[in-house]
Amino acid sequence: MKYMLLIYSGGAAGDFAAWMDYDKSVKEAGVYVSGESLTDIAQATTVRVDGAERVVTDGPFAESREVLGGYYVLDVPDRETALDWAARCPGSWEGGAVVLRECEQF
Amino acid sequence: MTGDVNASVEAIFREERGRLLAALVRRFGDLDLAEEVTSEAIEAALVHWPADGVPASPGAWLMTTARRRAVDRLRRDRTYAARLALLQVEVDRTGPPVFEGTLPDERLRLFFTFAHPALPEADRGALTLRYLAGLTTAEVARAYLVPVETMAKRLVRAKKKISVARIPFRVPEPHELPARLPGVLQAIYSIFTEGYAASAGPDLVRHDLAEEALRLARILHRLLPGEREATGLLALMLLTHARRAARTGPDGGLVLLEDQDRSRWDRAMIDEGEPLVVTALTGGPPGPYGVQAAIAALHDEEPTDWPQIVSLYDVLRSLAPSPVVDLNRAVAVAMRDGPEAGLALLDALAGEPRLRGLHVYPAARGELLRRLGRPAEAAGAFREALELVGSEPERRHLLARLADVTR
Amino acid sequence: MKYMLLIHGASDACTPQEWGDYDKSLRDAGVHVDGNPLGEPSLSTAVHISADGEKVVTDGPYAEAREVLGGYYIIDVPDLDAATDWAARCPGARHGGSMVVRPIIEYT
Repeated sequence: MKYMLLIYSGGAAGDFAAWMDYDKSVKEAGVYVSGESLTDIAQATTVRVDGAERVVTDGPFAESREVLGGYYVLDVPDRETALDWAARCPGSWEGGAVVLRECEQF
Repeated sequence: MTGDVNASVEAIFREERGRLLAALVRRFGDLDLAEEVTSEAIEAALVHWPADGVPASPGAWLMTTARRRAVDRLRRDRTYAARLALLQVEVDRTGPPVFEGTLPDERLRLFFTFAHPALPEADRGALTLRYLAGLTTAEVARAYLVPVETMAKRLVRAKKKISVARIPFRVPEPHELPARLPGVLQAIYSIFTEGYAASAGPDLVRHDLAEEALRLARILHRLLPGEREATGLLALMLLTHARRAARTGPDGGLVLLEDQDRSRWDRAMIDEGEPLVVTALTGGPPGPYGVQAAIAALHDEEPTDWPQIVSLYDVLRSLAPSPVVDLNRAVAVAMRDGPEAGLALLDALAGEPRLRGLHVYPAARGELLRRLGRPAEAAGAFREALELVGSEPERRHLLARLADVTR
Repeated sequence: MKYMLLIHGASDACTPQEWGDYDKSLRDAGVHVDGNPLGEPSLSTAVHISADGEKVVTDGPYAEAREVLGGYYIIDVPDLDAATDWAARCPGARHGGSMVVRPIIEYT
């Protein structure tokens, strides 16, 4: 089962060593599928297609307090295991949170 | 002698700064680097030119100096150079850099980059003024009436997005132009309107700002001679700016069109703008800037052809509907059919949310009520307008009108 | 340059065929890096570590966004214009949906 871990970082965002350790551990455990860090939200651009017209605007389309900072996709047997990995992720520490979403299987 | 050299050095910099920066961005693909070495080259010129004389080709001198500085910098900073080398591969793929003595004009790319829809709308005019018109950050801050630090932060943030999100330095393909050109025109026009009807402050027209916008519109028109809306924008600005001297009276108050001293209109600007209107409206369906230019041209004629102006507002309303256009049309109708007809149209706009907070709506109502001999209501409208007005000359005009109807 | 395309509020009006075609076009163009559709938000779970070091698990999405993230793509393209071109071609950009394009941090 594939899960996406959406990272809304708190105080641990800049703890580079912790992120390196975590990245290493998901890869060594063989559960890592993919993952990326995102640049800050000011660099975001929104695209909508209205009929034939393309509307490109500056910034995210909806202001939310918590900003997605990155993600991991992990392949693990069940939700419990996914939750364990989420708790080990530095993004869930120090006021941050990690949201777990199941990937759809087609 | 030194003074002469300094003056001509300043003039050259104003003209060459944007060109130089654009050519360097094209060469190195990096706005920050281009900005730094442009400044360094100009500083070097300030040292060498007064002593050695202005070189035969100042632009080429500046470009050569700036390129050397850039290469020096890249040699010193290897990681930076590695990143740029990657960028350079892409730049080279899109065409070889041309540099044969004269400075190539690469500014069109920057017009499109700075007006990119992924940048905040408020920053587009500021970027254009800073890097294409060559104003200092302090001058741009003054243009938008914000503290220098605020403007510096906005420019840094916008530049960061250009670099991190990689907004390209390129001219859109012809099929993309209809979507992208209006943004560029809007950025220039926003500079002009900020200068023209200064939203706050002691002057009605901030000539320096309006003239920078005109200079930018001329450059854009030269770079895109076949784009009728770019022509229309230049014409609109020329034909509006031609009346600048007559718009303020000896007391510093606003003077309405019908009371203006026509001998103070700038005939040369009108003569330059009028043929451009014809070009803008020939060879295809009209665009909003072309139509507005035609309206401005009719305002520059004596007597004013109000029926024709009303029909042009009808066209404009179909091209770019907005309550501000409706308001202007209502005023033109009042001039054509009398104040009563205009007032009925204005009253139909009451409660329009996009007019809320603008002094022009109550000011126009007050004027028509005054003409209809309804002084009490006119006074109420003028008082409402006075609450909202920002510029000093317009405030004076409204105070004079209020005094007139409460006498 | 890698970009993440976040698919928000994708409409049910988009057919599986449209999604399949889009997915294929990304792969055919050689820009596809990764991508997944996500299960419905009611299935999501939030995790955080409390001040005393405890793992806290709660139901539901953490950020209350009006439009919910429905999936994503990672693409590798030269610049933002190319990224927004691909975003505009995605079924998620139509019928009232929005695509947010975010540059990815490259650690080299």
